Amino acid sequence: MSGTTETEVVIRVQDLAMRFDGRTIFEHVTFDVRRGEVFVILGGSGCGKSTLLKAMIGLFEPAEGRVTLLDEEMTGLAGAERRALLRRIGVMWQSGALFGSASLAENIEVPLEEHTDLPAEARAMIARVKLGLVGLADAAQRLPAEISGGMAKRAGIARAMALDPPILFLDEPSAGLDPITSAGLDALIKDLARSLGTTFVVVTHELQSILAIGDRCVMLDKEAKGVIAEGDPRVLREHSEHPIVRAFFRRQAMPTPAPAGQGA
Amino acid sequence: MPAAGPAATAQMQCSEGADGVRLRIAGHLDAAAAARLWRPASAAAAGAKRLVIDAADLTGLDTAGAVLLLHLEASIPGARTEAPTDESLAGLLARSRAALAQPVTAAPAALPLLAQLGQATLDAGQHGLDRVSFLGEAVMAGAGMLLHPWRLRLSEALRHLDEAGLRAFGLTLLLGFLLGLILAFQSSIPMRQFGAEIYIPNLVGISLLRELGPLMAAIILAGRTGSAFAAELGTMTVNEEIDALRIMGIDPIAWLVLPRLLAAVLVMPVLALVLSLAGLLGMGIVMVVLGFPPVAVLKQVQNAVQIKDLVGGLFKAAIFGLVVGLIGCRAGLGAGRGPRAVGDAATTAVVGGIVGVVVLDGIFAVLFNRLGW
Repeated sequence: MSGTTETEVVIRVQDLAMRFDGRTIFEHVTFDVRRGEVFVILGGSGCGKSTLLKAMIGLFEPAEGRVTLLDEEMTGLAGAERRALLRRIGVMWQSGALFGSASLAENIEVPLEEHTDLPAEARAMIARVKLGLVGLADAAQRLPAEISGGMAKRAGIARAMALDPPILFLDEPSAGLDPITSAGLDALIKDLARSLGTTFVVVTHELQSILAIGDRCVMLDKEAKGVIAEGDPRVLREHSEHPIVRAFFRRQAMPTPAPAGQGA
Repeated sequence: MPAAGPAATAQMQCSEGADGVRLRIAGHLDAAAAARLWRPASAAAAGAKRLVIDAADLTGLDTAGAVLLLHLEASIPGARTEAPTDESLAGLLARSRAALAQPVTAAPAALPLLAQLGQATLDAGQHGLDRVSFLGEAVMAGAGMLLHPWRLRLSEALRHLDEAGLRAFGLTLLLGFLLGLILAFQSSIPMRQFGAEIYIPNLVGISLLRELGPLMAAIILAGRTGSAFAAELGTMTVNEEIDALRIMGIDPIAWLVLPRLLAAVLVMPVLALVLSLAGLLGMGIVMVVLGFPPVAVLKQVQNAVQIKDLVGGLFKAAIFGLVVGLIGCRAGLGAGRGPRAVGDAATTAVVGGIVGVVVLDGIFAVLFNRLGW
């Protein structure tokens, strides 16, 4: 797989813990993400996948531990240094989070206008390319309110990619998309990772997507309040002994503790 | 893997040969390099009859870089691009080219003026019908509630009473006090010329209880509560919660609108009374400062103000509450889609509420006059 020969670590998460109102979401989370790899954060609903992602991009202050992005420690970074670092990451939000009063093309032009010296003509062309890449060229002039949820998600990815950042964080990119678009998106993610060395951190629980794009993954669990598995998802699928990991990759219901007999 | 890092940033060389202008771009062509090279490269390409863009030696490419190459390629008919030797970069360029080639739907052309006028008339008519039908639904739901009063969501009504009433008391007291103070002080200046300062309590008392108390309270209600109704119901509309209620067989008017209307109708006379009393207090302070004993001021108010002024004012206040509540709820339920819809609904609620109340106050003035109240 691509990325495995590259050893440069671009994201380092060390002993990270998140707590809300004294309630621990996860703790002792430690992993590295290397340049050009597609790193998947997976796990069941409510296990803290999106919280981990938000802690990694500095939106949540972790209770313990630290996050290092591109050799800069995210935790506690402020002012111009923080802005400079944020310019080098792109985030696709779960709901798209598009600006409601701007057309899709204008949404993509916002970061280009703020962070580059490209002329307006170039910005408009880049917006068209990005929208074309996610299959939304014909919706460029439409407002976010006028498009479907799946389209909003794709537009969100297009906006996250506007500056071709070295690291892209995608929160549930393929949820709500049809299989063809979803597969196209997977191919796009792989291509970008390969051609540009873009590192992807993808939060998802779409099994096909995980196996298609994931170079490595960590799996979080609600009960364990932390990482229960780490490695190549294909290897985990075949060889993991952990019952939750096995159930996840085989799409089985979890064995419930009370009535026995549903074995993983 | 393409080389990364700032060391290999793209450079451009322009040469003229037998096959026309040859633009050679080598190195790492990212957004910064593309921004730097955009104008010189465009200028170099502009004068060429034939153009070859040599991108073979690119070591890195992002979308901005690819867009620069494609922009140059499109600037001269028949221009040719020598793709990067690095397969992944060539792939990115090809993908960007394919993405740009996708048909773009132009924004729909604007209607001619006459058609716009027609459309606006139709829209206005439709909106008018919607309002009437909302009013009808609310009346039906209200009648249904009178027949089955136990169906009213009392806890919801109490919550809105608290939010629209109790929490507005501080603001109402302050505004009422200042209003009475200002009215008394301003009217004392011309009335002093005629030695008629003792009649200030008559003027302020009647205007507060009959007109300004209910009107100001309605404006406070429209600003605080009407907008909150519209924003809350508007958000629910945008989130399809209203549709969900309808599909569950629950009438959103009875479920959401009636408790709010009830709260608005009940709270308004209280707010108007609180505002008027605070205003009278403010007026009293001005009178005391002007040298009148409090007993004289009180006596004057007693003489001037009749119980019908107070009852008429409180009745008006209740009707104003109904109108502000109706307009706020209607604005929320009629919200469009998207985040702007909620803001638009709140604006409609406040503007519509204030205009509605002032118009209604005018109608009441004529009505009360005719009836001799």
